Amino acid sequence: MANPVPRVRVPAQAKAGEMIEIKTLISHEMESGQRKDASGKVIPRQIINKFTAAFNGKPVFEADWFPSISANPYQSFFYKAKESGEFKFTWKDDNGSDYTTTAKLTVA
Amino acid sequence: MVSGIRSRSRRDTMKLALAAGIASVLAPRLALADAKQVEEEIKKLYGDKPQTAGKIKLDVPQIAENGLVVPISVDVESPMSGTDYVKTVHVFGDGNPLPNVVTFRFTPECGKASASTRMRLAQTQNIIAIAEMSDGKLFSAKAEVKVTIGGCGG
Repeated sequence: MANPVPRVRVPAQAKAGEMIEIKTLISHEMESGQRKDASGKVIPRQIINKFTAAFNGKPVFEADWFPSISANPYQSFFYKAKESGEFKFTWKDDNGSDYTTTAKLTVA
Repeated sequence: MVSGIRSRSRRDTMKLALAAGIASVLAPRLALADAKQVEEEIKKLYGDKPQTAGKIKLDVPQIAENGLVVPISVDVESPMSGTDYVKTVHVFGDGNPLPNVVTFRFTPECGKASASTRMRLAQTQNIIAIAEMSDGKLFSAKAEVKVTIGGCGG
């Protein structure tokens, strides 16, 4: 499988106290462990089982994903802007890999 | 003789195909979860704690043409202050191979308890959301999604 590519959309600027929506997407097959290949063997499960978002090191939002989550999983949530800083997003794969990306937010 | 071998192998092929056909009828294609399994999962998490209907806006389509990608949005009424906020929202489906779909974990930093993702649905089923507040109270919501083409096994 090609390396998962994370994509996030965070507004570059926000006012203090403003509620901003963060949208994330990562390319991943999310193999459910329910499918069979041509020879009838079960294709082993390999999904991203956890998504986390932190701002300046403080946890903001997490999602536990199960095999019922679609391929190329999408996740959106909100954040109440307080101060300027950096988001860190982490996706945890069943195979032990972590995929991460960051995004800066400036609070005026 | 050549034709004899060929005809025998064709007969074998036919037998194999027949056996495979019977096997596929006898073996259930997918063991799907049901409402009871969802209840058991909720019991595992919260025991017999009472749930109140309401506070949750569960946004799913009434009819999903493609079960592979079904949008789901959850929005829970809450001030999301340091002392009164939504901790988690568990989402279940009662017609997928596994009852769990997703668990959202919020913090007061979120400002509002609202999140969206996309899920796979194998068949028409109920989606159940259980929200746990910071004071331990539970709220629930349920919605049915009619699925035209299932999203499991292809």
